[in-house]
This record gives sequence, C-alpha cells and structure tokens, in this order.
Amino acid sequence: MEHTRRMNEDRIMVECQHISKVFGERETENRVLNDISISVKENEFVVVFGPGQCGKTTLLNIIAGLETKTTGEIEVDGKIVTAPGPDRGMVYQTTALFPWMTVMGNVEFGLKMAGMKKKERQKRASYYIDLVGLNGYEKSHPSKLSGGMCQRTGIARAYCNNPALILMDEPFGHLDAQTRYLMEEEIERICAKEKKTVIFVTNNVEEAIYLADRIILLTDCPARIKNEYLIDLPRPRNNVSPEFLSLREKITMDIDA
Amino acid sequence: MNNDSEDILKVDNLTKSFGNLLVLDEISFTVKKGEFLCIVGPTGCGKTTFLNSLTKLNKINSGSILFQGEEIDPQKHDLAYIFQEYSTMYWLTVEQNIAYGLKIKKYSKAVIKERVEKVIAMVGLESYRNYYPNQLSASMLQRVVIARGFAVQPKLLLMDEPYGQLDLQLKYKLEDELLRLWKETETTVIFITHNIEEAVYLSDRILVLTNKPTKVKKEIINNLARPRKISDPGFVDLRNEVTELIKWW
Repeated sequence: MEHTRRMNEDRIMVECQHISKVFGERETENRVLNDISISVKENEFVVVFGPGQCGKTTLLNIIAGLETKTTGEIEVDGKIVTAPGPDRGMVYQTTALFPWMTVMGNVEFGLKMAGMKKKERQKRASYYIDLVGLNGYEKSHPSKLSGGMCQRTGIARAYCNNPALILMDEPFGHLDAQTRYLMEEEIERICAKEKKTVIFVTNNVEEAIYLADRIILLTDCPARIKNEYLIDLPRPRNNVSPEFLSLREKITMDIDA
Repeated sequence: MNNDSEDILKVDNLTKSFGNLLVLDEISFTVKKGEFLCIVGPTGCGKTTFLNSLTKLNKINSGSILFQGEEIDPQKHDLAYIFQEYSTMYWLTVEQNIAYGLKIKKYSKAVIKERVEKVIAMVGLESYRNYYPNQLSASMLQRVVIARGFAVQPKLLLMDEPYGQLDLQLKYKLEDELLRLWKETETTVIFITHNIEEAVYLSDRILVLTNKPTKVKKEIINNLARPRKISDPGFVDLRNEVTELIKWW
C-alpha cells in the first residue's frame, strides 16, 4: 500500500506565530511555551514530539482554542483562532467520549449540533465508523469497548465533522505496545484514504517516525523548537529497517543533547 | 547468567481457569538462579493471571510450583512484586513505603534502617525520603516501588509491565537502572511485558506465550552481549523472531 507524499506544498493550512504561554502570575515560574512558530501545509502530517510535561498538550490546546495564549497568533485555514470551533477536530488522550451515548451517538454528535438531518448525518457517521473498523459496534456504549476501540471512536468523531485540521493529543499513550502498533497502522491507512492536515502529539519517538511527514522536536519546559526533521522514508514504514532505527537513535540523542 | 546454576523455580503443568474459562493450560518451565526471564505474549493472553498464579496470589487449579524445591509460599519465601500501577501507599512517606515489606517481615529497626538507606541511595531518592507519594512524579513513584521491592532482598522479583505507562526516555533510564540493580544484587527476575523490544533489551531468556488458553509457545535464549543496542542486526533479528511468534495486529 505504498503511497507518496500526500501534502499540498502550495497551501499553508496552519500558521502559528510566536506562541508563548505563561501560566499564573509570576512569569518566570510558569512559562510553558517559549516563542513557538510552526506552519503546516495542507494534508501534512506533523508530529510534535518532546519529553514528558514539556508543554505539548498546552500547545495543542492553544491551537484548538481550548486554552488562551500569552503572546502570538494562530491562523487555521486562513482564519484567526480565538475560540474552539468545528474547523478543528480533536482526538484526546483519554478519549473523552460521552459515556451515555453509543458509538453512533458520539460520532454523529458534532453534525447533530450543526443541525444536520438525522438520515444524512447517520449516513455520514456510518461511513467513518466503517473507516475506523467499528462496523457492528454502532450501538455499543464506550464502557463495552476496549481502549483501542474507544480511540477508534474518537478518531471517527473527529473526522466526521470534516474539519480543516485534526489535532491528536497522544491518542495511543494509554494503550499497550501491541495495540499501539495496530492503531498506528490504522492511522496510516486512514490518512492514505482520507487526506487531512494532522498535528499529532506524542512522546514516543518510534510512533513519531512511523507516522510523520515532519517531526518537530520540543525542548524541556518551557518548550522551544529544538529541531525539525523531514521524514521521507517510504510508507508504510518498517520500524526495524536500518534507516528507521538510525533515525530513531539520532532523534533520541538529540532530545538530551 | 551462569548456565550451570541451580533452578530457583520449577513450574509443572500449571493450570488455571476462572469458571469455565481456561486461562492457563498446562504451563511448564524452569527459571535459573540469577536469571532475567522476560515473558511476552499477545494482548489479553493472560500474562497477569500467569504472574499472579505463579505465586499463588491466584488459586491454581492444578500443577505444581516449586521454589527452591518447596511448594511456593509468598509468606515464607523471599518474593517481591512490582505491579503495573504505582502501588505506593499514599499515607506513608517514601521512606516508610520502602520499609513496609521489611516491617511486615519483622526485621529489627537497625536492619530496616540499614536496608532502607542502601536501596534509597540505589534509586537516588535520598533527598525525598520524607515526601509523600502525591508530591512525587511518576518516575519517582516507580522508583519508590522498585526500592521497596529490592529492600526485602528478594530471591525472586516479579515485575508486571512496570514501565508500560512511562514516557520513553524515562523507561530507557529505568530499564538500565533495573539491569544495574539486578547485577548488583544477583537476584532472579521474572518480567512481564507487551513490549517486544523491551524483552529483547532486558532478558537472558524470553518465554513467548500463546493466546488464551495460554501455553508456552517458545522459549528463546537471548545471548546478545550487554549493553545492548536496538539497531544491532542481532537485536533486530531477535526482535523480528519474537514479533513473528506473537503478531496479531
């Protein structure tokens, strides 16, 4: 299923300029993000990678509009971000599904809020439930699903609203190593089929190299951009190929450098 | 590991079921003194049940488990557990957590003090001795639990995916720390993991389990020189071999 680069080199989908974030009042103690500028092309898969607690989630939340920023400006699809909006879909670390709703209820929720008619939205939701491999589970509640299946539901929910940008906050951090490999392969398959601009946060270097068109390495808190890597290994990638492993060692060294 | 050393653990036809669900199906293997044994298997294959049954935390249906020739008994034998969750006791300080097992075993105050000092230094938590668990980071909590395990100077240390939830940099660091402690104390380790790379990195031998009902699919001797490097061809070959045996995804 090898495929070539998917991105549209000519169109910038996300432009973050000089983003800083300071929590609390005493500036020096709570600076989390320090002057971060990132631009992401249409259909590019960017992985934001960095050590634990470095501020990755804060950055993602700011792009999502869920968190305020201290300085800087963000544009998504040409519009300035001031609040959360349906143009940005989010997949959370903890899945954040509504436990009282079925898989269908969760996936169609955004379309329902947007006022789409039931027949139309369920048709659309069914397509994405199918895409993430959950057909047959439309009527199941999250409590009946495994961790991997909950994340599949979260991914379908994000795609279903057809956002300009999908933000994924370490979605596989709580899964076991094997289920994680499965889900990474699924993301690879879904991205090959449904072109989207994605910003994906992880602290797993193997996952970063497997998925990314480009990796942005952040420093320890307060996070700055430490390095960037264009990953042009052919897809789907082999995580034990010499090129993959040497890249992994290089990036791992760079974290501590 | 010395290949001629004695068997510390001998498991014969271990069988365990929950009601009608057969989970462990006639598992037999031995562990040598001082060995680092990793156990891997597909997700949901019953690895935790396996570890719990091995020490009779779970009642077993049939089979025998001999620890140095005697039927295993966690109250009698020097075993230590390190669980998947950070199982610190939140109402006790770091120091008190580490001393807990020793107190249960009724060691004298002097011995407890000496042992606690030794392991607290080994894991680098001396300056946090009076902190409570809610004041510590995930890595520190995991270190407390590891120190508590080593404090009782166990003959057998059982670890159930202790690093599954940690961030990678930290995991690598703690893996190396564990190898150092294992060498220093010459204890025997049984380490369960989902992570094939981790098993190849740590082990002297890998026991590959099947899906439920769980049997031993294969035993693989891991003679790679230490310290190991993930990109070495030998490492990659072994990793691929184990992956082939359990890949379901």
